[in-house]
Amino acid sequence: MKLKKGIPVIDQGDKLGFWGGKFGGNFVPETLKKPIEDLEIQFNRLKNSKNFIKERDRYFKNWIGTPTRFIKLNNLTKHVGGAQIWSKVVSDANGGAHKIYNATVHCLLAKRSGKKVIIGDTGAGYAGKMLSMAAKKFGLKCKIFMGAKDIKRQQPNVKAMKKNGADVIPVYSGSQTLVDAVSECMRYWVANCDTTAMCVGSTVGPAIFVRICGWSTSQISRELKVQLINEFGEVPKKLKLYNCVGGGSSSFGFWNEFMDYDKKQVEFIGVEAGGPAKSNRHAAPLTYGSKIGILHGAAQYVNQNNDGQIEETESISAGLDYPGISPLHCFLKDTKRARYTAASDEEALKAYQIVTKYENLRPSLEPSHAFSVAIKEAKKLSKDTIVIINSCGDAYKDRGILEQKLGKKYVKSN
Amino acid sequence: MLNPISLAFKKAKKEKRPALLTYTVAGDSSKKQSLEILKAISNYADILEVGVPHNTPVADGGQIQTSAYRAIKNGIKMNDIFKIVSDFKKSKNSKPVIFMGYYNMIFQYGENNFLKKCKKSGVNGLIVVDLPWPENKIFSKKCKKNSINFIQLLSPTTSNKRLKRITKDSHNMIYYISMLSTTGGKLKVSPKKILANYNKIKKISPKKNCVIGFGITEKTISKFKNTDGLVVGSQICKEITRSLNNRQNPVINVNKMVSKLRKKIS
Repeated sequence: MKLKKGIPVIDQGDKLGFWGGKFGGNFVPETLKKPIEDLEIQFNRLKNSKNFIKERDRYFKNWIGTPTRFIKLNNLTKHVGGAQIWSKVVSDANGGAHKIYNATVHCLLAKRSGKKVIIGDTGAGYAGKMLSMAAKKFGLKCKIFMGAKDIKRQQPNVKAMKKNGADVIPVYSGSQTLVDAVSECMRYWVANCDTTAMCVGSTVGPAIFVRICGWSTSQISRELKVQLINEFGEVPKKLKLYNCVGGGSSSFGFWNEFMDYDKKQVEFIGVEAGGPAKSNRHAAPLTYGSKIGILHGAAQYVNQNNDGQIEETESISAGLDYPGISPLHCFLKDTKRARYTAASDEEALKAYQIVTKYENLRPSLEPSHAFSVAIKEAKKLSKDTIVIINSCGDAYKDRGILEQKLGKKYVKSN
Repeated sequence: MLNPISLAFKKAKKEKRPALLTYTVAGDSSKKQSLEILKAISNYADILEVGVPHNTPVADGGQIQTSAYRAIKNGIKMNDIFKIVSDFKKSKNSKPVIFMGYYNMIFQYGENNFLKKCKKSGVNGLIVVDLPWPENKIFSKKCKKNSINFIQLLSPTTSNKRLKRITKDSHNMIYYISMLSTTGGKLKVSPKKILANYNKIKKISPKKNCVIGFGITEKTISKFKNTDGLVVGSQICKEITRSLNNRQNPVINVNKMVSKLRKKIS
């Protein structure tokens, strides 16, 4: 299995949509073959259209607010004592997370194909919130599928979706989290694909959704590359990019522009959700060696039992609480371009406390996982190493959990 | 020699009626009970679809999901499902069995092992909901080699070009999904329109047995009498749930329902 240079990773799949011959694909009911093919044709045409790219960039700039900040975390660097710690503050984006890029692109595509309704899944509620924002912006009706457990633990985002006029449909089946929300969303699309567009909230699902999402979030690394050159005059010689990985949309977008660099120069570190320290359950299929299986239309490493039933996950962070992982990351793991590890719930919480203590930055529980590993590793790295963490979400949505775990005072003071 | 599935269609045709195909989930609500249900309804049904429960089904509606979750919660494993089929096949009045499920269950078992086990326990056909054409080309060939019927699915969104190529690659049974819906949806398309699509498929592929599924219930089944076969699934699963909720015996109630279905098309 080999990563090719000079070709975007999203375009390195084979005819049937498999990366490395075995990750991804289109394991979908016959009914969805046609709408998926239509979307493929549309996307392949538009991603090469100068007009479409201009339109995308206009919305990214004027509405999402690109570029997001690239800042040095001076106090944290001093506290840790090792590599220079920087952050790409993607949570600056309109709505407070990277999910806005994919949502905007899907709405642009839906609008062009004449669809009136757009549906989407959500875990942490960011994908749903952003889709509801974009749908409102582009005049589309919006339905968001969300696990009942996630609705309870991510109330601020649920309120935002409703405020934007979206129907939030609670999903009660299975573990009542993201995995069930995606299933229910796909089922709804099976029954309504003639009138409705679907947005998959991460780089998961049938191959075309993986590609569209990866193409959209790559905005993050496009900006970062420019910012690095402005700051250092070049892409630094020792650069490490840390990102949390749930489905894998923010990490893929954070890395994409640096794919062709030698990993000795630009290393990618993906941090999965290890779950509670005392629990066997986790959401870290790459770290803990889960087997390849089929989930939501794609072959990927996925938590499952011997029979092939998908296993329930556990993580404090709803956005990472997914048993599978993007085929793109499976591909990056097996080609050894990226390295994957996990942080536990407790480690993420601790990292959140450290970051908020030293910096005026409030990463949500998802990027707190990445901060945890970055802080640990930065200690041992030389001062000329540039460590960058993608702070891809804001902790506002986690108020309830943070208050419960760390106490009211702590949350208020931030 | 005709395979058991084709034979079942031939028999129904002789009786001038469509074949009746039922769908029940293996292990719903227990291993024993699902076997009893199969034995009972095989007096009226011609072909039995046995659902292999999966916990992330992307094409099943509420009724079948409920049945599947119930079976999984009760601990059903792939090997138990094979055992249910082989026990059923030993019974007096057994009928052809088609597995219906999702590809991950086959993938984890290993395609070759899975087919070997199918053959051994008496499974006659396979419907793999999320392994469409052309992705299923290699696997369906393997099925054919093992004398197992791989049943291709067609839907209202299938283009004519695709339809021709799929039917060409299909074995002797095809499954037409009546409408854009998950299983158990209400019939939202007129029978006339469904039959028009059905006839289009028959014109392209007259020799292959084509069944219609999705939205077929006691209420709607008699409108499709002039077809090769009809599948009833969600309504049966719903009946099992209803029986359990009312502390009644699902075997008796489901049996009654299937006998009624059979009368409506005879």
